[in-house]
Amino acid sequence: MNAVARFWESDIGWSFRHSPVAVVSCIVVLILVLAAIFAPLLAPYDPFDPASLNLMNGFSKPMEPNAFTGETFWLGTDDQGRDVFSTILYGMRISLFVGFAAVAFALVLGVSLGLIAGYVGGWTGTIIMRIADVQLTFPSILVAMLIFGIAKGITPIDMRDQVAIWVLIVAIGLSDWVQFARVVRGATLVEKNKEYVQAARLIGRRGPAIMLRHILPNVLSPVLVIATISLALAIIAEATLSFLGVGAPPTQPSLGTLIRIGQGFLFSGEWWILLFPAATLLTLALAVNLLGDWLRDALNPKLR
Amino acid sequence: MLAFIIQRIFQSVVVLLLVGLVAFSMFRFVGDPIDNMLGQERTGADIERLRTQLGLDQPFPVQYAKFLTNAAQGNFGVSYRQGRPVSDILAERAPATLELAAVSGLFAMVLGVALGVFTAIRRDGFTSNAIMTVSLIGVSLPTFLIGILLIYLFSVELGWLPSFGRGETVQVGGWTTGFLTASGLKALILPAITLGLYQMTLIMRLVRSEMLEVLRADYIRFARARGLRDRSVYFRHALKNTLVPVITVTGLQLGAIIAFAIITETVFQWPGVGLLFINAIQFVDIPVMAAYLMLISVMFVGINLIVDLLYFAIDPRLRVDRVEAKA
Repeated sequence: MNAVARFWESDIGWSFRHSPVAVVSCIVVLILVLAAIFAPLLAPYDPFDPASLNLMNGFSKPMEPNAFTGETFWLGTDDQGRDVFSTILYGMRISLFVGFAAVAFALVLGVSLGLIAGYVGGWTGTIIMRIADVQLTFPSILVAMLIFGIAKGITPIDMRDQVAIWVLIVAIGLSDWVQFARVVRGATLVEKNKEYVQAARLIGRRGPAIMLRHILPNVLSPVLVIATISLALAIIAEATLSFLGVGAPPTQPSLGTLIRIGQGFLFSGEWWILLFPAATLLTLALAVNLLGDWLRDALNPKLR
Repeated sequence: MLAFIIQRIFQSVVVLLLVGLVAFSMFRFVGDPIDNMLGQERTGADIERLRTQLGLDQPFPVQYAKFLTNAAQGNFGVSYRQGRPVSDILAERAPATLELAAVSGLFAMVLGVALGVFTAIRRDGFTSNAIMTVSLIGVSLPTFLIGILLIYLFSVELGWLPSFGRGETVQVGGWTTGFLTASGLKALILPAITLGLYQMTLIMRLVRSEMLEVLRADYIRFARARGLRDRSVYFRHALKNTLVPVITVTGLQLGAIIAFAIITETVFQWPGVGLLFINAIQFVDIPVMAAYLMLISVMFVGINLIVDLLYFAIDPRLRVDRVEAKA
């Protein structure tokens, strides 16, 4: 509680309270994240339990009773009679999990490599930053696709669906670490010549301790901004990969997979199977993006 | 100057060699090529023969060198899935992607510069503000959703334009073109807009901010004081000076267009190289993946190199900095 009060009174808290966009997008993100976490409790049906599916319920329109069974579904059902609202809740779970995990992976990797490149420097630093430069030449979605393809080739065929989610996390994470590494390296280069670092070195602290305990806390604020914006990008990247059929498997559909499925019904007039997952994805990505924009302005002292 | 060029070319070659190593490792270590190429009814003798034939019994560096020589000659082996040489498949698919990329690049450039100039001149006008807001939404929409939206509007609801494929194509030499038939041109519209929209907003925003900066410069005020017409001030004096960064960014975006064509081609089932790559990933067709990787990195590295050299040639200030730094 104390921490919340301190945040509320701080500069950032003030800026948060006075930015309607930030408040609204924060509430939206919170609602969506909570809905995803508590999906098993909130969802009226379990879309992955074949016993609860009734093919007669297929293609029910939103908010209208089904012609055969008389059941009503808020957002309609797909061809197999699965409740669209429930699949969206479960799909968002996968999307958010992959997004958060991929950003966490990219953050840990990028921040550690950035700290090492900045603090140790020398050959190690040059090699790390050269790799970063080369990777930056290629669009990250392409890098993610390639990593996914290679990983798919390495895993045995019967294991592929099980590990697909983890492969996706590693692929998106590996395609996204460069931003973190560059920013952290730049900030570390500035921090490492400051007096508190020299003092820490004088009292005999070792390199890793100085990097983690002294420099890291001082370079975290840009990392936070990049992490938020990366989250939006990672969610979209995941949706794109799943949409292209090189992401989440059909057994664990994410929002992108649902859009891929829904696209098939575009011409036959079942618009709800496509529209609702797409709208959810857009809301999620937009809210996280706006939150990231606000955070960047709030933490950037130059703009204050 | 010469040292700079040599250094940049050397760096590019190193990058390409590294990418080649990645592509080769994929080919060599992901799955067993022998397993993939021989069917169920194989004998030990078959395996041995193919192993020698493919040179898989030789040491790693020799194999790598051989792979590079082959790749440089355009020989990427045989597709696991289609059983045809990868270079043939790529040559067959390349025109579709290149035509799509060219049209959407042109669309992005022309419309981007025009709208950028317009929004800069009419800074506070209602239309400009509307354009800026719409472009903001356009940037945050994922490419594949833009494609689906366009399909829904123009194919499903209005029925004006086809939603998939290239339409009728004409064979001109070894090149299949969709430019010469009405259905080919119609089929090109939606994919080109989908692919070019993001680049267009990018160019538009860049031109706008550069124009706003340049319009404040003293020589613009002087041009106005000389009594030149608005059109001459905007296009002859201002726009010219905004073009250096625009050319750089456009050049770098060319690579991005080719890469993002993968998404657009999948949405519209456009029979290009991107769709080939996605199918190759789905079916783990390693030779096709490796060839695509090599091809696209040559393109990316080449574009980067050219843009760097152009920048150096166009902007004299960079050269002055270098000389001063040495002295």
